[in-house]
Amino acid sequence: MRLRFASLVGGAMLAALQLAGAQGLTLPETIQAGAAFDVQTSGSGNGTLYIVGPSQVLQQKVTLGQTASFDSGTLTNAGIYTVILTGGTSTEHRTLNVLPAKDAAHITFLARPSRLPVNLHNGISGAVYVFDAYHNLIIKPMPVSFDLTPPSGAAQHRKATTVDGAAWVQLNSTPKEGMGKFVAQVGGVTSQRIVEQVPGAPCRLQMSAKRSGQQLELQTEPVRDCSGNAVPDGTIVTFTEDYKGMQSTVDVPLKRGIAKVEMPAHNGATITVASGVVLGNEIHWTE
Amino acid sequence: MKFTGRSKPLKYLMAVLLAIATPLAFGADQSSVQIKPPDVHGPRPIADQTAEAAVRDYLESWQAMKSALDQNRASLLNRDFEGEAKDKLTAAISSQMKAGIHTKYEDRSHNIQIVFYSPEGLSIQLVDNVEYDQQVFQNGKLLVTQPARARYVVVMTPSQVRWRVRVLQAQPE
Repeated sequence: MRLRFASLVGGAMLAALQLAGAQGLTLPETIQAGAAFDVQTSGSGNGTLYIVGPSQVLQQKVTLGQTASFDSGTLTNAGIYTVILTGGTSTEHRTLNVLPAKDAAHITFLARPSRLPVNLHNGISGAVYVFDAYHNLIIKPMPVSFDLTPPSGAAQHRKATTVDGAAWVQLNSTPKEGMGKFVAQVGGVTSQRIVEQVPGAPCRLQMSAKRSGQQLELQTEPVRDCSGNAVPDGTIVTFTEDYKGMQSTVDVPLKRGIAKVEMPAHNGATITVASGVVLGNEIHWTE
Repeated sequence: MKFTGRSKPLKYLMAVLLAIATPLAFGADQSSVQIKPPDVHGPRPIADQTAEAAVRDYLESWQAMKSALDQNRASLLNRDFEGEAKDKLTAAISSQMKAGIHTKYEDRSHNIQIVFYSPEGLSIQLVDNVEYDQQVFQNGKLLVTQPARARYVVVMTPSQVRWRVRVLQAQPE
């Protein structure tokens, strides 16, 4: 009954407007970005329809009393618009809200770092922003999956839900060195980054010594990190010889996983080996 | 002290102080600006200086956007916008020129809160509940004045000297 009354009043008002030569404007309150929509005008004569927002502006000539149709893909940017009809005797305006489309079409994936040591707790971070086909940020919550797949071994999976279009994750680097694939996925949209995981610091240093003429030939065992990965060639290993209060030091880069050096074979000398903060074994040379 | 985690009494105090100080500090027109303490859902705390710089740059971006849309000069966007936000605003200005219109945005109030600081520090997201009037002019004549309340979602990324707006998207409050 109430609806009928409102309808009668509305009809009467529209008729009154038309009699006065004025125009009216009927349109949806909210549409999805890129969707087709109609704007119904009333009145007579010619007019111009403007749809004005900070991120998009449309203009269309209209015949008052006709429906102005906007095809899909015309109004694509999410936001709040003012729809203005000019012509006739007055200017009418309404508000039109354009919401992002429902489906994800693009991901901005920020991942860091691109290179890090193995076995680092929360060492890898990723953040995504999820956009629709028109590059509108999708504000409604969306499920996101993050996967870090090492060259060998099990992948790490995490799930997150976007808040205002953003989601994030932190992951440990894997125990095995190599190129890991870090993938973010929303719906059918994926984005991939490569994360290089390199061996960490040496875990244990063990050297041996043997005489070679007047010299001692010192050589480490293959140097590995605590996960068993070979420490990269070029890592510096320091050999130190103490003899009667004198100290001599030699820095040697790893070659093929081992460090090798010759030092004077002093009877009673003490020789130590170290790399970074890791101290290896000690040899007391006596003959 | 860092702005991080959930609201605490000290942070409320900070919000009040910022609300009082902000119109002077950021040189906003006559609009009132309220800044809530950050409530970030990421793992990275945000330093006071970073938060203040992002909010200051965001408010300055509004000034730039208003001038650009009023004067139909896309070049005014260069300092404060990039990416999609800049492309969309530039296209809107171009369409305004073709249609013979320009638009004045009078922002009456801002209520800003930083909600996300990405773990690697490469983006900040904030929301701003804005009350504004949109005035559309055709050939210098005022067509309409439309008051609006919008919740703006903003993503900013750092450039060499300032935070720039990459996403500026309104939705109904």
